[in-house]
Parts: sequence; structure tokens; C-alpha cells
Amino acid sequence: MATPLVVSDVAKSFTMHLRDGIKLPVVAGVSFAIRAGECSVLGGPSGAGKSSILKMLYGNYAVDAGQIIVQHEDGLIDLATASPRTVLAVRRLTIGYVSQFLRTVPRVSALDVVAEPLVERGEEREAARGKARDLLAQLNLPEKLWALPPATFSGGEQQRVNIARGFITEHPILLLDEPTASLDAKNRDVVISLIAAKKAAGVALLGIFHDYDVREAVADRIIDVTAFAAGKIAA
Amino acid sequence: MTDAPLLRVSALSKFYGARVGCENVTFDLWPGEVLAVVGESGSGKTTLLNCLSTRLLPSSGTASYRMRDGQFRELYRMSEAERRFLMRTDWGFVHQNPADGLRMTVSAGANVGERLMAVGDRHYGKIRATAVDWLSRVEIDEDRIDDEPRAFSGGMRQRLQIARNLVTGPRLVFMDEPTGGLDVSVQARLLDLLRGLVTDLGLAAIVVTHDLAVARLLSQRMMVMKDGRVVESGLTDRVLDDPRAPYTQLLVSSILQV
Repeated sequence: MATPLVVSDVAKSFTMHLRDGIKLPVVAGVSFAIRAGECSVLGGPSGAGKSSILKMLYGNYAVDAGQIIVQHEDGLIDLATASPRTVLAVRRLTIGYVSQFLRTVPRVSALDVVAEPLVERGEEREAARGKARDLLAQLNLPEKLWALPPATFSGGEQQRVNIARGFITEHPILLLDEPTASLDAKNRDVVISLIAAKKAAGVALLGIFHDYDVREAVADRIIDVTAFAAGKIAA
Repeated sequence: MTDAPLLRVSALSKFYGARVGCENVTFDLWPGEVLAVVGESGSGKTTLLNCLSTRLLPSSGTASYRMRDGQFRELYRMSEAERRFLMRTDWGFVHQNPADGLRMTVSAGANVGERLMAVGDRHYGKIRATAVDWLSRVEIDEDRIDDEPRAFSGGMRQRLQIARNLVTGPRLVFMDEPTGGLDVSVQARLLDLLRGLVTDLGLAAIVVTHDLAVARLLSQRMMVMKDGRVVESGLTDRVLDDPRAPYTQLLVSSILQV
């Protein structure tokens, strides 16, 4: 399957009911496909709707119109209209996501935060922890932190836990929301090599990278989000 | 994961005279799924929970439950004895106030053991060993097994209530504000414990809470209720991050940031 994710004519707006129902258009007419083995990058200034697009593809934001067709198990699913249960299955098996910030859970160790997506996919806990250790070591997270809950970690440390959590599985599609924003140069390079390995494994990646060097290093294609500005169509 | 829901609820309504308790609630719950029901006091969430757990009979609508033999049974057509049996074996109910779910004047061990005896266990040594195991799973020291829950703190009582409910290996657990009335640090511990148990045991649960943070941590799906009606439902993170209904937007925007 060359294009495991196809987006057609997707629109999104926010209606602020507490502000007299004011409607904030975000994007409209969003159409693109991402290809296996490539890293596509959403480009455009802040506020253009890049994160909103990513969140719609993950089922985290509702979709007003259009289709998001994803190759899931042996069929095609429209994420724009899928039931919550289907979206959960797609997240478990098909679409991985590295968010901008780690949402921590009290009392769960960094190691288990990273291992969790594998356990959810049915992997043995100890085997999953082994892979989590390898990734955290690769991302240079000090070993003394592995057993601690990440709530008290620095921004860069939390981000590396988040990246490890996103990269540990073999999801065929991986969404990346500024994974390198709070990393130093050494760890940025690690992420670049992790992305290269995913590409080589045939994963379709879609990301947001404000960092010019990272974008240059990983992007096969830039999708210009300003072309989907909702104002353009409404005006 | 199985392809049949565990519980099917259709057009469930409960009226108290002319007053609406809950109205026209429809949803399916699958094994392993945690559904949060949120809304403020008086929104009908507890009425809904009590109808679903057959502690109250609804005015109209149906709820069918998939029994262990795979057959769906209409809950409100079962005999009282059948419902009680279900409640003792296949279901759990965690009350907000542990005193409502525990026997306060018998030992912690007996509180857990009693549920086992209700499903037919008779071997004292086995029951006690299981009770010890469950107390440790909810982080209560073994040497407290012979103490009465009256001597326990609020957080410990709540953990004991959870152990009492889960010891029989239920498939569906109802929880009514399980962390209500507890200190924040005690809440965090309890939530983490619940989250782990629900995942490890593959439980389905319906959790009523007014606390959106509790809903986010425990549930995958969420229903928002107001004036007895469901005003919004969906994936928990979708409802909280992109609330659509005016009332949900009000709820989400009212959370205090720390």
C-alpha cells in the first residue's frame, strides 16, 4: 500500500458557544495523501492549522466535513466518521502519535510510560520494558530517571520520554507534532536517525518541524498548509 | 477483544413523577472499555448509574447484558434473585462513601472474603489467602487484615471497597465518584491503582464523576449529561480537547489550571 492515509476536502472550525457562538474557521479543503517510506511535513506559519490537521488525523479533534481514509488491518476506514471504538483500534494498531507535550500519569515510571503502547498491542511487559530501555538509552535519558514518573522531569527529558513512547511500536503511520522542539543538537540528531529508520521500515510519517535543520534532514515533501486557509474559501 | 458489546442500553429514561431523572440514554459498552459519565450535581448521572446497576428500575427503555454464556439478557425482565446473583458475581459497585459498600463492623479480611463466600467458596485457608493477596494489590498491609474498616482512613476504606468488589473477578464495575471526598494525594494514588487494575483485569467500567481530570485519566469514552440528557459523547480526549456542545465547553473552560 503506497498511500496508507488519504485526506480529502477536510474542513475544521471551532464554534465558541461561550462567546456568543462566534465561529473560528481553521482549515478547509484539506486534501493530501502520505506515502509509505516517506516523511511528509506540514509547512506554514503558526496558526495556519498544522496541529489541528494532525489532531484530526488522530481522532483528537472532530472533523466538520470531508474524509480521512486510513488503511487499517485489511480494510479502509474513514476516521472522520468512525466510532470511538474504531478510532481506539486505529490508534492501537495503525496510527502512532508523538504529541508536543507529554501528559503524565501520577506514579507511572518513565519506563512504563514508554512500554505501555507495546503492552496495549499485546506484547509481554518485560519484553516491552526491554525495548523501552534500549530507546531511552539511545535518546540519552539518564538511567537513574527510568524508574521515576516523568512529571518532575525537564522539558527536554519529558520530550524524549514522549518520543520513545511514540517510536517504540511498529505503527505503519506515525504523526509527529514538533518532536524536536525542546531538544539539544545531539538529541535532535538521534531523532533524525530514528525517523530515517522508520522510513527505511516503510512507515508513512507526517510531521510538524519548526526547526529548519531537522526539516531539511527528514522531509521528503512539504505540504503547504496555507493553501488550506479557511478564510480564503469563506472570503 | 470480542466483537459483541457487554451492555446495550437503549432509550433509557427515568422519571420521578413529572421530574426527569435521566431521559433517552442510549449507548453500548464493550469489554475492557471504561466509560465516564460526567455532569454537575442533578444532571442525572447517578440516576443513570442506579438504573444500569438495577438498583433503580427505569420508567422506560431497555438494557441488555451479555452473560458469561454469551446470551444477552434483558436486565429489567430478570427476577430479583437473578439480578442479585449478577450483582454478587459478575458486577461490582464502588460507592462514593465506602461505608455504603463495606460492612464497617467486620474485619477487612471478612469484607473481602464475604464476596468470595457468596460465589460459593468455602475453604477458609483459600479465602484468607485470596483476601491477603487482594489487600496487597490495593496496597493495604497484611497485618491490617483483622482490623475493622472503622479503624481505616478514608483512602484505605476506599481501597478496601475496591478489593471487595474486584475479588470475584467481575466483568463490569459501576463506580459512583470513586475519588470524591478524598485528599488530592490520596486521590492520585487511588486513580493510579484503579487505572492499573482496570487495564490488568480487562474490566469494563462505568464511572460517574464530576471531575474531568478523573475522567481523562480513567476512561476512553465519555458521556456529558445535563438536565437528565446526554448532550455530548465520544472519545474522552476528543470531548475534552475539542468540546462541541455549549455545556461541555462551559465545563471544560471551568477547570482551574494549576
